[in-house]
Amino acid sequence: MNGAHDMGGMHGMGPIDTDPNDPLFHAEWERRAFAVTLALGFHGRWNIDTSRHARENRHPLDYLGSSYFELWFKAVEKLALDTGLMTADEVATGTPAALADTPPPNPERVAAILRKGVSAKLPDTVPPRFQVGARVLVREVTTPRHTRVPRYCRGRTGVIDRDHGVYVFPDTHAHGEGVKPQHCYSVRFTGQELWGDTAPARDAIYIDLWDDYLEPAP
Amino acid sequence: MSGHDHHGDHDHDHDHDHGASGHAHAAPASPIAQRVKALEALLVAKKLVDPASLDALIDTYEHKVGPRNGARVVARAWTDPDYKRRLLEDATAAIAEFGFTGRQGEDMVVVENTPTVHNLVVCTLCSCYPWPVLGLPPVWYKSAPYRSRAVLDPRGVLAEFGTDVSDEVEVRVWDSTAELRYLVLPERPPGTEGMAEDELADLVNRDSMIGVTRAKSPAKPMAMESTP
Repeated sequence: MNGAHDMGGMHGMGPIDTDPNDPLFHAEWERRAFAVTLALGFHGRWNIDTSRHARENRHPLDYLGSSYFELWFKAVEKLALDTGLMTADEVATGTPAALADTPPPNPERVAAILRKGVSAKLPDTVPPRFQVGARVLVREVTTPRHTRVPRYCRGRTGVIDRDHGVYVFPDTHAHGEGVKPQHCYSVRFTGQELWGDTAPARDAIYIDLWDDYLEPAP
Repeated sequence: MSGHDHHGDHDHDHDHDHGASGHAHAAPASPIAQRVKALEALLVAKKLVDPASLDALIDTYEHKVGPRNGARVVARAWTDPDYKRRLLEDATAAIAEFGFTGRQGEDMVVVENTPTVHNLVVCTLCSCYPWPVLGLPPVWYKSAPYRSRAVLDPRGVLAEFGTDVSDEVEVRVWDSTAELRYLVLPERPPGTEGMAEDELADLVNRDSMIGVTRAKSPAKPMAMESTP
């Protein structure tokens, strides 16, 4: 979706707070919102792409006006409601109408889950559409759904720098339509291809892009 | 976007402590703090979350998993050429040799800074970041100023961090739009010949592994025998 989350190349966002001692959390509720988000994810009712879409899929004023962990909180609350983990009535009253079907993981299991992770890499059963060194054009992907093609590279030409292998395709995975296995590449774009002649001639931007986003460059 | 630079249209609630000063306010909890608290209470009562697990999650990423991990990887690569080769060829496996695995670092890529190339990592679409080696991202990494400009004006961003990169050096920006997680292998600072891996790791901070700064130089000159 062409949302406020897709920030690459925007102007006017102000200076960066570069203080190396700035804490990771600025309030206790941020810690709790972080932990609740991870913990509810352990129930397996949604995946990382669903979760990203829940964060980005909101009015730009809401997105830009919310702090980072506010976005996490709003998204996880919506996901829990949408997937039936809890009901709006329970949220309104603060009282459970029913208990969870399966117990949540205890701290030991949580530690094991975190150490293992969830790789989006899939068995290499699909041939790559492009070889390293190939020139590719990024398709003009325009969709209200989830996608990981930043606007700033659509319609631009780059070169396949490396083939990461076969990965889950987020555009379908976010919407419960399967993993659609395909190769994901790091594509190298020159700064001048993306930003014009004023960009430094030597600089380059590498973007991870899937087969479905690309076509051979003319 | 950032957790603390509250925008004009956003209530500047004062339930939070302002960083290192840590002063608490007596004011009532902000609406968002109240909502989070209410939701957590409901989820605990519903047995959807284990409060001990929530505490463990916070403790893990606030105190246990952090850039010290990445610094050990970098220091090993600086001192062991064979390890460095493995790290650049298959970063996931080489990093797993330290036991650094899992969530948000399942598939790793390491990019090397050299005298002719300077690398910088960003996630313009959200906040993708290699948790097992760097912990949770700093607030600035997730913020609109960094996400918008790292790809557009990387040299300007580097200058904001006090990092001057010569025009002769190629700047490479890695936008983590997929599930690969990037770690920058900074250049080993001059004057560190003969330093042990542990000492070298102390020179490697978080920002140098995102690529916005360089590794630190040793605080004092090396022992006389290592200089000509």
